[in-house]
Amino acid sequence: MKSLEVLETGPLATVQDLGRPGQAALGVGRSGAADAASLRLGNRLLRNDDDSAGIEVTYGGLAVRAHGDLLVALTGARCPATVAGRCVGSNSPVLLPDGAELRLGAPATGLRTYLTVRGGVDVAPVLGSRSTDVLAGLGPEVLAPGSELPVGPCPRRQPTVDLAPVPDPPSGEVQLRVVRGPRADWFTDEAFDRLTAAPYEVTNESDRVGMRLRGAALERVRSEELPSEGMVPGALQVPPTGQPTLFLVDHPVTGGYPVLGVVVTTDLGRAAQVRPGQTIHFKEMR
Amino acid sequence: MRVLPCGDAGLLVEVASLEEVLAAYAAFVERPPAGVTEIVPAARTVLLRVDPGTDLAPVAAAVRATTPRPGARPDAGHVEVAVRYDGADLAEVGELTGLGERGVVEAHTSQEWTVAFCGFAPGFGYLVGEDDRLHVPRREDPRTRVPAGALGLAGEFTGVYPRESPGGWQLIGHALDPVWDLRRTPPAVLTAGVRVRFREAR
Repeated sequence: MKSLEVLETGPLATVQDLGRPGQAALGVGRSGAADAASLRLGNRLLRNDDDSAGIEVTYGGLAVRAHGDLLVALTGARCPATVAGRCVGSNSPVLLPDGAELRLGAPATGLRTYLTVRGGVDVAPVLGSRSTDVLAGLGPEVLAPGSELPVGPCPRRQPTVDLAPVPDPPSGEVQLRVVRGPRADWFTDEAFDRLTAAPYEVTNESDRVGMRLRGAALERVRSEELPSEGMVPGALQVPPTGQPTLFLVDHPVTGGYPVLGVVVTTDLGRAAQVRPGQTIHFKEMR
Repeated sequence: MRVLPCGDAGLLVEVASLEEVLAAYAAFVERPPAGVTEIVPAARTVLLRVDPGTDLAPVAAAVRATTPRPGARPDAGHVEVAVRYDGADLAEVGELTGLGERGVVEAHTSQEWTVAFCGFAPGFGYLVGEDDRLHVPRREDPRTRVPAGALGLAGEFTGVYPRESPGGWQLIGHALDPVWDLRRTPPAVLTAGVRVRFREAR
């Protein structure tokens, strides 16, 4: 059977597909690729099913060895990449011959790179998904050197596209569209304007669960405790410090701090590519 | 019932009490508004999630037209949970409630509990009882490590930690069998609507 052997992982590498929707009532979140559009693109380039699993690589550093001839693709944050020592490009099907090593450097912009393989990563699904939920501790183990990832059977359809022209994730300031959240009335009248007025910096305390942001403090008018309520990805939850956290794919199913705003769904993949040190400018969408 | 915006793919329905949450949840589960993919009950709210791109206005209208079913519970069956009442906070809960340690055990085992909702972690059910004798605040100083199976109290709820995690609930005992097991379908024992009796194991 064909497989990928993990040699090095970089800061974090996990198996991800499109997640496990519909199970929040069990306390199980959706999880899945943080930048789902990039995972989908990789699968499309290889003519895999849309929900085939790939590897989500955070800030490069992955090295894998092929067992069997494989066709792979790299999407999302563009890393310098080599196959058997020769440079290969992103957003394109790449042959990874039996025994060859694929090595990724650190991306110049963006944070999360997807390595997809024709046939998909075929580890055992957990509750219907091959995604690793780092908060819930569900799904495949976080990848480590020595991890052996079986590759599924190739789909019948042949790849037809050599290169997908997609822009790289931006450096510098990133704009995300936001709408007023369910608890906007727990904050002062100025709080939402302040959220959208000046940029927020993404701090190091950021992972698949959420991104802690630093900027103008968002003041509340109601100080009582909020009974826990259902949360959505994109929610800007504001603890008493006034500094918001932007929830990503592994966010908790319920949370106990008020949500001032919610980033629109189509911008969540872009949010997942913003790295610590970059700034986010929230723009109100009406 | 207040319908609050929750991004472009969700609506948060707020009601006045947990009892009303259960009534609204039962009605939504029985007849989900068109386009709704996920229903997440919580303490005072029910979150309705839809596929991105769905027009939320008709969903909100359907929500407003829904009649909650007071007293209704999604019929999710009964379970008995065997517990050893040996928690680190049992004595303190006995003092806080004025019931004493044996009184806490008696109050906990003598009423029927219902899983109102899940959250915090996979399989962590928030259970409500029939009276308020065991209502206690959370610990002021949360523990960084609560073992799997620990049985706790907080506010109006009781619950069993499905796996080791940090936690701020007052611990009164531990369940003898796991409440979360991936080899089972569903893996959670304590899903919304399940009625629970705790039995003291000696």
